Amino acid sequence: MNVSPRASQLLASGGEAVPVPRVPRVKISKLSKRYERRGVLRSIDLELYPGERVALLGANGAGKTTLLRILATLSRPTSGTVSIAGHLTHKTAQAVRSQVGVVAHQPYLYEDLTAEENLRFFARMYSVSDERSRIDEILFMVGLISRRDDRVGTFSRGMQQRLAIGRAILHKPALLLLDEPDSGLDREGARVLERILGYQRTTEGTVLMTTHDLRFGLSTADRVLLLENGKIVLDAPAPSLDEDELDERLSRR
Amino acid sequence: MRDGLDKISIIVWKDLLTEIRTKELFGGMFIFAVLTIITFNFAFDMTGTAKAASGAGAMWVAFNFAGFLGLGRSISLERDKGSFDGLLLCPVDRGTIFLGKFIGNLLFITLVELISVPIFAALFDLDVFQPLLLLALFLGTLGFAAVGTLLAVMAASTRSREVLLPVLMFPILLPVVIASVRATTLILTRQTNDLSAWLNLLGAYDVLFLAISYAVFDRVVEE
Amino acid sequence: MIVKGKSSWASGVGLVLGLLSAITMAIGMYLGLVYAPEDAIQGNAQRIFYIHVPMAWVAFLAFGVVFLAAIMYLWKRALIWDQIARSSAEIGLVFTTLVLVTGSFWGRPIWGTWWTWDARLTTTLLLWFIFLGYFMIRAYAGDRGRAATYSAVIGIIGFFDVPIIYLSVDWWRTLHPQAVISVTSANMPGQMVVALMVCLLAFTLFYLYLMIQKLGIERMKDQLIDYQYALSEREAEGVTTA
Repeated sequence: MNVSPRASQLLASGGEAVPVPRVPRVKISKLSKRYERRGVLRSIDLELYPGERVALLGANGAGKTTLLRILATLSRPTSGTVSIAGHLTHKTAQAVRSQVGVVAHQPYLYEDLTAEENLRFFARMYSVSDERSRIDEILFMVGLISRRDDRVGTFSRGMQQRLAIGRAILHKPALLLLDEPDSGLDREGARVLERILGYQRTTEGTVLMTTHDLRFGLSTADRVLLLENGKIVLDAPAPSLDEDELDERLSRR
Repeated sequence: MRDGLDKISIIVWKDLLTEIRTKELFGGMFIFAVLTIITFNFAFDMTGTAKAASGAGAMWVAFNFAGFLGLGRSISLERDKGSFDGLLLCPVDRGTIFLGKFIGNLLFITLVELISVPIFAALFDLDVFQPLLLLALFLGTLGFAAVGTLLAVMAASTRSREVLLPVLMFPILLPVVIASVRATTLILTRQTNDLSAWLNLLGAYDVLFLAISYAVFDRVVEE
Repeated sequence: MIVKGKSSWASGVGLVLGLLSAITMAIGMYLGLVYAPEDAIQGNAQRIFYIHVPMAWVAFLAFGVVFLAAIMYLWKRALIWDQIARSSAEIGLVFTTLVLVTGSFWGRPIWGTWWTWDARLTTTLLLWFIFLGYFMIRAYAGDRGRAATYSAVIGIIGFFDVPIIYLSVDWWRTLHPQAVISVTSANMPGQMVVALMVCLLAFTLFYLYLMIQKLGIERMKDQLIDYQYALSEREAEGVTTA
């Protein structure tokens, strides 16, 4: 497995955190989110670095999706700050949005438009330069080049998910947020995801993904975060973790 | 500015293309408008001297009902399939998104009106082919679409969107209904002396409520 | 403890306002029912105006407060502005209802009808519906922040809309000639003016008194939610550390 410089450094020091002289891509400080009577996130401090692949684990209702939505500027923090690529989400949300790509539970696609039209729409919304060749490139990457002129409504769930991944990386985001990208993904989709994750690594892109599948998370990510009751209770390099132990911890609640 | 216009036109292009494919919104609205007009023929006396006044009233009620139908659907389609979040993720000013959706709605409703008006004229034997009527239609529809787009977005994320949209919209739209019906009646009977006052009222309402809707949209869509 | 001090301060002011409004209200009633002369044309029915006009004033004042508080809420996102707005809106809704009812009581003997589509009446009715929409969207909005934002939008749009409604209905009427009895006589006797002024003052004080009471209740409701939140936070704390 490919190991990031940071992860290898951590491994070399026996799992102990060594200060890395790099500028974090994402800096979250004292982030809390509350929905009226219920707290969802509780004073989270977190830094994510360029090129890092981070898996966010946690039981249902632990706050994974909420954290992703806040990073995507779809939701406002109740308190605390989030800065992405040097921009504060609550101050310069637009600048943040152009740096973030999102794959969520819903594909964010228009079913009555073709695959190509969907990509063209989002390419223009994101002001992607060299739109035509970028769309071709994406369609090729996600293996839908032969279906480019078919309406997305006719696609299978797996194909829609692939196109959704393509849509999310269209503007070469510095931060890619994936909410359970492995669910509903066909075999071709898994390959596409792997390719795209590799690509993000070569371009120093940060990836944060939630997943239910522990094995998938541990094998894909170089760093694992465990969210429990809106708090990060574990932050460790993936290779240092034992799957069974983690599994037990996850199913305990 | 130019970039903003560019983004607005892309959103409108997307909505138009979707509509051309499905004809869902347009077909429903058009049939609804014509059926309402036909029903009014039996509810009101459309033969006497007050024909123009009842006709104008029937026409605007039909257009407003059809408009409700269109607004509700155009927004809930985005909300239901979650694509509205996809739109909000784009690095585009939220006001721009509002203007895009607003112009799309304005186009659809105006198109339905333009096709219904000749049918209306034929059914009630009214002299509708006047350029001023186009202006009245446009101004009346603009105010409707501006307030309607904002309120439909709000209503769509509540538990009772079908009830809420008309309850919120009818009181707020009353001036537009009054002014449009009056202006249309005056145009149909070719009395143009008071017309400019009504058109000015419509214009002022349009500018004011378009500005307010644009200004508050950012707050309405944030979570 | 600070909260407690604040609320006792508010209840002190509330008490003073309540007493003041009760006293002026009593004086106003005396002036309106005894001191002011009987109207030459309308007879004693005219006396309902000493409560009807002040109620209408309070209804529109309440709406103005909703508007300002709504702007402040959308600007600052501070909960206090929503508390002010929703308190005032509730008082406004009650007073708008009372205005419509007392107006009908007067209209029946004088106009010979409970209702007429005059500009003032129509505008008041529409104001009532806008207030109703204000509370409906709050009820259906789901969470507190969304309820506050959506209702603030209704408050702002409604405020701008009301004068336009008045204008459009007024123009509509003037184009449809109809016997509309003017309700404001240009030369009211001096005693009537005095009585009306005192009643206006009394109802304004009453509005302020109700505002303080209502605001206290609304603040408490939000505090309760905050306490429930704090409690759930404590529980969650226990779970994580256990």
